[in-house]
Amino acid sequence: MKLSNEEQEILAGKSGPVPQQALQHQIKVGEFFGAEDLVPVTQAHIMADTESLGEAGVRWLENLAATAEGQRRVRVPTITDPRGTDFTKAAFLGQTSGMLDLERRAIAAFVELGVLMTDTCINYQTIQAPIRNEHVAFGDTGVVIYSNSVCGALSNFEGGPSALAAGLTARTPRYGFHLAEQRRASLHVRVDFAPTSLNAWGALGGMIGRLAGNYWAVPVIEGIRDAPKSDELKHFGAAMASFGSIALFHLVGVTPEANRLADVATADLPSHRVTRADLDAFQKSYHTDDRVDVVVFSAPQLSLFELRDLAELCAGRQFTVPLLAVTSPQVKPDCDRMGYTARIEDAGGTVLSGMCFYQSYAREIAEAKGWKSLATNSAKLVNILGGYGYQPALASMEACVDAAVSGRLARP
Amino acid sequence: MTAKIFHARQAMGRVVRGPALVAHDGFSARYDLDRIAGVFSRPSHKLAGRSYVGKILVLDTAKGGVATAWMLHEMKSRNVVPLALVLNSVNPILAQGAALGDIPMLAGFGEDITAAIPDGAEVEVNPEMATITVVD
Repeated sequence: MKLSNEEQEILAGKSGPVPQQALQHQIKVGEFFGAEDLVPVTQAHIMADTESLGEAGVRWLENLAATAEGQRRVRVPTITDPRGTDFTKAAFLGQTSGMLDLERRAIAAFVELGVLMTDTCINYQTIQAPIRNEHVAFGDTGVVIYSNSVCGALSNFEGGPSALAAGLTARTPRYGFHLAEQRRASLHVRVDFAPTSLNAWGALGGMIGRLAGNYWAVPVIEGIRDAPKSDELKHFGAAMASFGSIALFHLVGVTPEANRLADVATADLPSHRVTRADLDAFQKSYHTDDRVDVVVFSAPQLSLFELRDLAELCAGRQFTVPLLAVTSPQVKPDCDRMGYTARIEDAGGTVLSGMCFYQSYAREIAEAKGWKSLATNSAKLVNILGGYGYQPALASMEACVDAAVSGRLARP
Repeated sequence: MTAKIFHARQAMGRVVRGPALVAHDGFSARYDLDRIAGVFSRPSHKLAGRSYVGKILVLDTAKGGVATAWMLHEMKSRNVVPLALVLNSVNPILAQGAALGDIPMLAGFGEDITAAIPDGAEVEVNPEMATITVVD
């Protein structure tokens, strides 16, 4: 890779061992993908829940944080994805003191490195959305696909170590979605209906993710005429990224790089069609058991608007099974202030902040609480939790709230 | 018998040799594995219930989220980890995780590598030469 004078000095250790180690990591990854050089970035976003880090990852962070003051701080605003707990609700979740100690150690290390503990996977709604052509280094696949597709920013999936490296060096290897040629569509999908619920948007995203199949594929979608809402594209993109490892999509006439199909696609792309019947079959495939042990709204964290809708559905209800709603630390105070938290919790639900359900020791929670059958309106969550021993069902927010009352999920 | 050699376009890490665990399916440390037991745990995965510890995983493509970037490092610290990763295609997360976790990795072949390597075969992964060789 071609390195600037400044980069050569970092690599030689003139800025200290932490940026040096970060750049060594970036060069290893960059050379694997044939990157010619590094590109400056303006923001980084780190996924680093302690279930993923483990003791080994936390020690690794602590070693970086123990470096001398002045040689260990990030150089651009660097923020965090959800943590592995909401400390105020850890006892309810059955999380152990060992899990919480690991969390505290990781947070302390990140603070020493100058990282801002925002603990959110919806930073494009809550912190600062990137703008078109802005190079960033974002973790969390849902954040990347939304930033690339809806905002027109440029990012690869940056796992925790690489996002932190980008924060420490203020650059990232220039490959993949930092290059114009990688942002052209590689498959065409025609949709002849508009989803009308968040779970349906997620299901459509999941189906397109499966069709696309791998990280380097870029779907261009035709047939969505009216501009979707931010929360709809949030679920759509998060599910597409989850099911297919997809980092960028184009919606013709909606997203910024695809005013017309010809802007991003040639006429000979492989083409697919997704119908409403396909979507119904996809959702039904996850409804294998009517019994519900727990209802979870999470993945991505809920916006204030989603919480408002949920609070309205909870008014006057009384739940027989737990209902969890997970949001960001930026949204939670407004949720409290608007009375939504009280309305959800008066019905027997719990509003959690700064975590995400699947990033919070979901397997151990299932064992501690005896939860197996789970209802959610998040297609991303149903995709993930199958591997954690859950039997997840995908349904509308309304049906999930009804299930929290009756303990059974109605079939549409 | 002549050894069968397959060339990758992308390679990282050191030379290793061991048994291949092969399936035309995806890979995500968070979505697919019970990382404590060292087995594939997603019920729909073609390797569900099988141990990956000490195996050279030969799979189709990287799936899912960003957690694998940390998880390979954590799995390596407990020695409950694949010996190497060989895939038709990878995403940045798997490459970043292999770099941090020091797991040899190959990706990108002229054919479907999951069809070319028999499940259970003894194979050698040589990232310096960017090759995987069936040695028995």
